Amino acid sequence: MPEQLVTPALLAPDPRLAGLRRVAVVPAYNEAESIAAVVREVKGFDPEFEVVVVDDGSTDATARLAVEAGARVVRLPFNLGIGGAVQTGYQYARDHDFDLAVQVDGDGQHDPRQIPLLFEPILDGRADMVVGTRFAGEGSYRPPLGRRIGIGIFARVVSFVVGQRVTDTTSGFRACNRKAVSLFAADYPHDYPEVEGTILVFKHRLRLVEVPVGMRSRAGGRSSINSVRSVYYMVKVLLAIFIGLFRRKPTPLEER
Amino acid sequence: MTPTIVSVVGSIGAVLLLVVVFELIRSRRLQERYALLWLLTGVVLLVLAAWRSGLNTIAGWVGIETYPPAVLFAVASFFILVVLLHYSTVISKLSDQNKILAQKLALLEHRLEEAEASRP
Repeated sequence: MPEQLVTPALLAPDPRLAGLRRVAVVPAYNEAESIAAVVREVKGFDPEFEVVVVDDGSTDATARLAVEAGARVVRLPFNLGIGGAVQTGYQYARDHDFDLAVQVDGDGQHDPRQIPLLFEPILDGRADMVVGTRFAGEGSYRPPLGRRIGIGIFARVVSFVVGQRVTDTTSGFRACNRKAVSLFAADYPHDYPEVEGTILVFKHRLRLVEVPVGMRSRAGGRSSINSVRSVYYMVKVLLAIFIGLFRRKPTPLEER
Repeated sequence: MTPTIVSVVGSIGAVLLLVVVFELIRSRRLQERYALLWLLTGVVLLVLAAWRSGLNTIAGWVGIETYPPAVLFAVASFFILVVLLHYSTVISKLSDQNKILAQKLALLEHRLEEAEASRP
């Protein structure tokens, strides 16, 4: 299924990428089973990529395996949760002056060969952030019922709030240009950060484009989301979105 | 029966609590994760204060026949205890993390000093 989505034209290095420094941010919490493969796959796909693994307080060999596979590893002193880990990656990208950042999960469900699909709208100058969605287009991904309901509710609520159709607010496969990187480095939500992050992007008047991608089932490890927690997070994120409606709109940096 | 004035004052108090919590979240002085319990407290107290026959029924269940508003106090105290207990766990976690940060920082500073001293 992922194979169909990658056209041969996209596999050739895009000439527009020349001179653009690019980084792959990989948040990982106890992903020893899959992290080395993820790092090698990204490096193998495009050796010019710097891969930075943010080890979110793992208790297994995640950090060591990531270093051995050729990644830069930033080790957090304790588990911050996915939001804190991802934000650390964006801070790294900002501090080291990268032009393009792509966020890839540490569990192997994202296929690096699809990264060009994510970069395309940014290189075209159409987007500041691109989200790889499992739903827009031909993707045949069908998550379990509970999660599908959750994803559906978030998609509706977020689409309503931002006034643009958004199909997959929980996807962690996304690319950012400098503007989006510096926004996320400065301000990034906690749990299910992708949902609130999507709204944040719109509030700062950055442009978001979704592109259909295929995703694989997890290569190893367990999803960090279980059902009781999901309901709790869901209530929390919906509350955050609701209260966010009453916050003053931030002024974009360039208009200050 | 619950005196009307008790219901009115109770409702106003609960609404005030909800408004204050809402404003604290909005101005980013309170994170959602620490606000959920407060919001639940406010909603439950508001329902009990405003829904007079409900309060009487619940008072009947727990054997309070003379003065139903006592249920309001009991529920409020219960929630305050739960919030306090929750904050105790939060503080414990924070102090653990604070210790780890201090240790990491001290070790890093030491390594940095050694590295600087050994440089020609």
